Parts: sequence; C-alpha cells; structure tokens
Amino acid sequence: MSLSVLAQEAAAAGIDNKGLAALTYGLGAIGPGIGIGYLVGQSVQAMARQPEAAGMVRTTMFLGIAFVEALALIGFVVFFLAQ
Amino acid sequence: MIFGLEFPPLSHVVNWPEFVGDDTWGINKVVLVYFMAALLTMLIFILGNKKQLVPTGAQNLAEVAVEFVEDGIVMDTIGPKGVKYTPLLLSFFFFVFFCNIFEIIPVIQMPATARIALPMFLALFAYVVYHGSGFKEHGPFGYIKHALIVPGLPFALHFLVVPIEFVSKFLVQPFSHTVRLFANLLAGHILLVTFATLSSALWALGPGLVILPLPALAVVAFTAFELLVSFLQAYVFTLLAGVYIGAAISHEH
Repeated sequence: MSLSVLAQEAAAAGIDNKGLAALTYGLGAIGPGIGIGYLVGQSVQAMARQPEAAGMVRTTMFLGIAFVEALALIGFVVFFLAQ
Repeated sequence: MIFGLEFPPLSHVVNWPEFVGDDTWGINKVVLVYFMAALLTMLIFILGNKKQLVPTGAQNLAEVAVEFVEDGIVMDTIGPKGVKYTPLLLSFFFFVFFCNIFEIIPVIQMPATARIALPMFLALFAYVVYHGSGFKEHGPFGYIKHALIVPGLPFALHFLVVPIEFVSKFLVQPFSHTVRLFANLLAGHILLVTFATLSSALWALGPGLVILPLPALAVVAFTAFELLVSFLQAYVFTLLAGVYIGAAISHEH
C-alpha cells in the first residue's frame, strides 16, 4: 500500500498527519534507542575490564553511536517532511 | 497546542530576515554566524602558529587541539600516513564547532548547522576529498575495485554485494554525514525553543510562575546539554570524515 493511500485513509478516519508523523517518529526511535543502549553498555563493560584499552574503545563507541543514531535522526527529518 | 499555547511554526524558528540583499544573496543572521565561525577558525590558525617553546594563550589551545585531532582522530582512523590530512580535519572540527556553539551564545542563539546548506556543503567537500584521495591512491579502476568489491566472497555473492556497496559508499554516505549533523543541531534548537516558549508563556501569566520547576530549569539543563552536543557533533563529523578518508586510501592486502 502506498503512502498516499495510507494518508488518505488516515484523513478519512479523522487522524491528522501531524499525529501520525509524531507516532512514526516514536516508532523509529525504538530501534536506535535499544541499539545505543546496548552499544554503550558493552563499551562501558569493556572499559571497566580493560582500562588500558579505554581510549580505543571510546573512539569506536562514538563511531558506532554515530552510525546507529543516524537512523533516529533520519526519522526526525522524515517527521518534519511528513507533517 | 501544548497546554493551550501557540508553538511557533518551524519556519519562524530557523528562518531569519535578511539585513541586506535579497532572498538568494542576502546576509542574515545565519550568514553572519558563518562569517564569525570562519573568522574564529582562521584566528586560531593564525594566532596558534607561533612556535614558542613555552606556549601561551592561543598557542596553548592550538597545541591541545592539534594533539586531540592527530592522536584521537587521525591516528585511530587513517594511521600514520594520514598526518597530511590533519590541517583539513582540524579546520573541519573548529569550523563545525564554532557554527554549533552559537546555538547557546546569548543574543545569537542560532546554530548555523541547523540549516541544511552548511552541513551539506561540508559533507560534499569531504566527499570530494575522500573519493579524490582514493582515486589518487589506487588509480581510477583500482579505486572502484577497492571500493566496491569485498575480498574473499564467493563469486555469486558479488552480484548482491557490489550494488549494496555502491549505494552505501557513493550515495548514502554523504547523505547520512549531512543529516547527522543537521538533525542533531535542529533538534537541539527546537528543544531550547520549546522550553523557552513555555517559560515565556508562564512569565506572561505571572512573573512568579516562571520559577515553576520544569520549563525554566529545563532551559538551563538543555543549554548545558547542547554545549556537550555541539562539541560531540563536531567531533563525530570530523571522526567520520577521517574514517571515510581512511577507508578510501587503505590497502588491505
């Protein structure tokens, strides 16, 4: 089903696009939230176990966060495009 | 809308009227922030260029920054042969950081990176640099082979992997590089605007009400948080530029 059909049905059902966009952004934030939590948790564990490797782990952690976070941020931009 | 008050539309939050000139070539607040950030970056490069044995003032800052970029970014992502990219990455870092930091400087309070033009320009600049240095390092056919073909895969899988690598390296990579910086700063700006609007609405109801805990304290807390975000996003932008350069000029055989 295409997006426009979905939007028409939502309009017919009395749901406005803003609410849908906000809901979709919320759904889109779940995955990156879990991802970043897991990633940082594991990195902290690695740094606690091997403090001498902390610098390397931190750089890689920020890199991973940047990649995971991009999904949430694209959701944020789509939220503005859709509403 | 929120507690019955009117939140300004997005265009009021990020669009600024021009001081001089027209819509295309005018100078507005965002353009002034570009100029100031460029000027500050140049100042750091000029003032930090002294070579005293005991560093003072701007030289201190410049030495710390060079060490941070060289040890924390270039060595980790490109390796020793990436030292020649340090000036580029350093100017990326400072320029993006200064553009971001105007988000929380009173009176100005507008991050230039919350308009997509600047992040897009910087990401395309980095795109030209990393693909350019890849072509220079491997030669035209060598670089395309290096970028698209993952070594050690069964033959049939290449039909699947080459299109994926092409889309991710040549199309999605600059897009996500842009959007990461842009959306983070836009989100931060909107967050600050939201709580500032709430505070001002409470102030209008009665000056005593503004001390109600949530909005006024949230403005203070998020301002501190945005200071962290501006630094972190400048770091992440520079780090990713380094990673892309490193991936383009590496030899894994």
